[in-house]
Amino acid sequence: MRVTRPRRPTDRPPQPPSPPTDALELGQALQLLAQAGRQPPPGEPGSTAWLQDLIDALVDLSSRDALTGLANRRAFEVALEREVDRVARSGEPALLLTADIDHFKAVNDQWGHAAGDQVLKAVATALLDSVRPMDLVARVGGEEFAIILPNCPTAFGEAVAERVRRRVEHMPVAIGPSQQIAVSVSIGGAFAPQWVRSSPALWLERADQQLYRAKAQGRNLVRLEPTAVSVVSNEEKRLLFETFQFQDHE
Amino acid sequence: MTAPLPPSAKIIAVTSGKGGVGKTFVSANLAAALARAGRRVLVLDADLGLANLDVVLNLYPKVTLHEVFTGRQSLRDAILPAPGGFSVLLAGSGMVEYSRMTPEIRDQLQAVIHEVEPMFDHVILDTGAGISDVVLYTVSLAGEVLVVVTPEPTSLTDAYATIKVLATGQGRRQVSLLVNQTRRPGEGRSVRQQLQQVVDRYVNPGLTSPVRLELLGEVPADPAVREAVQRRELLFDAMPGVPASIAMASIAGRMTAA
Repeated sequence: MRVTRPRRPTDRPPQPPSPPTDALELGQALQLLAQAGRQPPPGEPGSTAWLQDLIDALVDLSSRDALTGLANRRAFEVALEREVDRVARSGEPALLLTADIDHFKAVNDQWGHAAGDQVLKAVATALLDSVRPMDLVARVGGEEFAIILPNCPTAFGEAVAERVRRRVEHMPVAIGPSQQIAVSVSIGGAFAPQWVRSSPALWLERADQQLYRAKAQGRNLVRLEPTAVSVVSNEEKRLLFETFQFQDHE
Repeated sequence: MTAPLPPSAKIIAVTSGKGGVGKTFVSANLAAALARAGRRVLVLDADLGLANLDVVLNLYPKVTLHEVFTGRQSLRDAILPAPGGFSVLLAGSGMVEYSRMTPEIRDQLQAVIHEVEPMFDHVILDTGAGISDVVLYTVSLAGEVLVVVTPEPTSLTDAYATIKVLATGQGRRQVSLLVNQTRRPGEGRSVRQQLQQVVDRYVNPGLTSPVRLELLGEVPADPAVREAVQRRELLFDAMPGVPASIAMASIAGRMTAA
């Protein structure tokens, strides 16, 4: 039931109450932004628009990995869940790749953790540079990365993953003024089941299984789960019905 | 584990791609025919989202897979006797939430099958229609897969798509066919021949070893089938002398001889 009030000329659209900025503790939020190298929100401090910008900036900050600037584990899980739903609705194939830097512990042990950080940053950049802007690249663990590629035709999966792998392989990482090292990644991948809603955990597990295969078979390799082919072409249908006599069913 | 494993059941998944071709009819009546031949048989309703084995068998139990999955009942309490002398594990209507495959459901389904294996000679997994990940996962748990197909273009296409998916996605190389609702003797052989021909031409060239289709048998179109379904009776139990029941018995004979 709706109650309509008579409209009076003095009526104004409802305004949200202005927040009592004096009572808000915003110092730490602003300090976090500054520490991450971000500008404070523009506009009048305390205004609704300013507060919204501040919240947006904090949301962005909390969905990124501090070292590499990639999406972090939390943002990745949200995106993966959304993608599973999207694939089930649209039927468009989506590819999930998981990548792990080969012998990363050896890099840390031999060159130190600062060098390790340089390697992580360089790999992050290489991953971002080798996929489309619509793809989500995330750092999901220490030296583990994941890439969600929406609307990726199954026939292209191998080529995309290979491109990512080669990009890292051919990228020297500067770890000191005159020191460069080469690194590589092992990549596993699996397509989301196009037919029904599956779960993000299962999808990730399937991609990870392929990553283990890539590691076990020698590293610096791409291994994708074999894609099940369910499409039946017109040629196949023609041959299927060619000599077969269908009787009339009453 | 060093002790020899107890003899365990042959696990066969019954699937079809297309719905309405008699998948559940085949599962239940084949189970009854195998039971008649002296085998211990369990039919598991693996159509978790849209189970209808309960309707076919006219059984509405309190304890289903749902209670087992949620830990409220033991598996043994959920295994019920069915009219045809075999056992059933029903999914129950509370399973709608399981139409989405998760690692938990996968592990539970796997655990259930592992537990029933030593208790039976044959475990029949009655899967849902379509080629969903629940269906594909269920089939992957079975040693053998039986595709039910009727001599119609839509059923033929969906059976072919199913075979293709199993061959390319699961490395399945041996697929049994049961041709249901045949209109003339020998139609089952034509259907197998036709499917094999297309598989040889379009699927096998891309594989390291070829897929072979085996005709397990054909079941003639029989008005008694509809009658039994309407009366909520198991055909093999209620009308053992009709052509469709006789065909089921001969298929069971072939399965037990092998």
